[in-house]
Amino acid sequence: MTSAGRAQRGTRLWMPSVIFLAAGSMIPLVMTLWFSTLRYDLTAPGQDGFRGLQNYQFLLTDPVFWASLRVTFVLVGAVLLTTIGLGILGAALFSARFPGRSAARLFAIAPFFVMPTVSALIWKDLLMHPVYGVFGIVARHVGGTAVDWFGDYPLLSLIVILSWEWLPFSLLILLTAMQSLDQEQLEAARMDGAGALARFVWITLPHLRRAINVVVMMETIFLLAVFAEIFVTTAGGPGTATTSLAFLIFGRALLQFDVGVAAAGGVIAIILANVVAALLARTFAPQLER
Amino acid sequence: MRAGIGSRAGVTLAAWVAALLMFFPIAWTIITSFKSEVEAIDVRALLHFQPTLVSYREVLARAQYLDYALNSLIVSVGATLLVAILAVPSAYSMAFHPARSTRGLLLWMLSTKMLPPVGVLMPIYILFRSVGLLDTRSGLILIDTLANLPLAVWMLYTFFKEIPRDILEAGRMDGARPAAEIRHLLLPLALPGLASTCLLSLILCWNEAFWSLTLTASAAAPLTAFIASFSSPEGLYFAKLSAAATMACAPILVLGWLGQRRLVRGLTFGAVK
Repeated sequence: MTSAGRAQRGTRLWMPSVIFLAAGSMIPLVMTLWFSTLRYDLTAPGQDGFRGLQNYQFLLTDPVFWASLRVTFVLVGAVLLTTIGLGILGAALFSARFPGRSAARLFAIAPFFVMPTVSALIWKDLLMHPVYGVFGIVARHVGGTAVDWFGDYPLLSLIVILSWEWLPFSLLILLTAMQSLDQEQLEAARMDGAGALARFVWITLPHLRRAINVVVMMETIFLLAVFAEIFVTTAGGPGTATTSLAFLIFGRALLQFDVGVAAAGGVIAIILANVVAALLARTFAPQLER
Repeated sequence: MRAGIGSRAGVTLAAWVAALLMFFPIAWTIITSFKSEVEAIDVRALLHFQPTLVSYREVLARAQYLDYALNSLIVSVGATLLVAILAVPSAYSMAFHPARSTRGLLLWMLSTKMLPPVGVLMPIYILFRSVGLLDTRSGLILIDTLANLPLAVWMLYTFFKEIPRDILEAGRMDGARPAAEIRHLLLPLALPGLASTCLLSLILCWNEAFWSLTLTASAAAPLTAFIASFSSPEGLYFAKLSAAATMACAPILVLGWLGQRRLVRGLTFGAVK
């Protein structure tokens, strides 16, 4: 074989992956689009037929759909704010030298490796249960009253759990970025009389911007699809208080077996994810190129 | 950082308090797993109790626990192997034989992550049902491979990019074919990168919950689904939940701790160093 031929072989080795990925994403995508135009109910076979945009109309006129969009945005927004705010504080704290730093760091990032169903259930039962949970027990012990977390503040409870799960991720990445900060620059600013806050706002924060962008993009992709935590704690309730778009579609699909409406919801979820991704990429891409 | 003794003590204290607060839910789960069911909900036994393995024994005695654990293991390892087999040649050709299409291909691969699982739930469910992949380990392996392949290609690509091209060029001069070049030159050099890519894939597969909960019922259900079955409990179950959770999470937590530094680079596609 000539060396050109060999090089040719090397250049095509990406094909199996690309074919596999293309088949695995394009076929389901086209099927979702197709299903979304059908009357297709798994519990009523034989009544299938073309339905045009009626599934979309059905969804868009359903107040539950709009409520689920609101829940989704509140969840994503609140968890992003919490994890990035606390992540920056944590990164500043953990980039200082102190005894046992490596061990403390391991403890702080541990929640990231816990599976979502475990995270959700240990918070809901062992910690937040109004009668037997630690929070309630301690609250009563010091003379307060126990909070019925999931009864009174279901969405807030989910935000707390999800923030706990994702804070280690933002902490790890922000900490890594923080450690490549130019110490001499900070020192020079200090010599020039810049206070701690000024140094943080004008030197540290700009340095972290790229890392913050990465955290925002990655977390948004995952948080838009949050499902298991809702599934094992509230199942979307009470009422529709914690029904996210992902959970709403799941309900239509595998509890009511209404394929058409579920697929229409799926298409909306896909559009939403891509709009958000495009907005984020447009905001952040210039800095990623740097 | 220049700091007085006082502020150093303050930082130490604040950082340790923060770390232990983050770890508290896990620590509490481990503590509860060594209680009996009665002690687990007894206020007086909050910290005064006789450690016992009874909850572990009860969880293990339900024969299915090991079935779930085995499903988790087979699916995670199977999907990770498949990911590696597909991703190594791809990343190799993109890193060492870049073409005009390479950048576009890489971005396209990443864009498949913008397809939310729930958006394709219905077609996947119906496809799987029609070919008999519902509630099978092969089905989960397939879907986990699809989900993790883009991440793995990106991660390996950034690791491969750091290997000096001259070394591979020398091998090519000696007449090494791509397969031999990958096996004898690239893989030994890229072993740390490959290891962390596989580690990330293992962690993501082990903790994957959406497809586990929607596509499996009993035969292929992994630990994420087993734990979810505690959400509709009968009677006392806090201690058993804790024991099951501890067993399900301990192996991945240890692996994650070992690989945490390298994972950062992978998770950010090398954008943060």
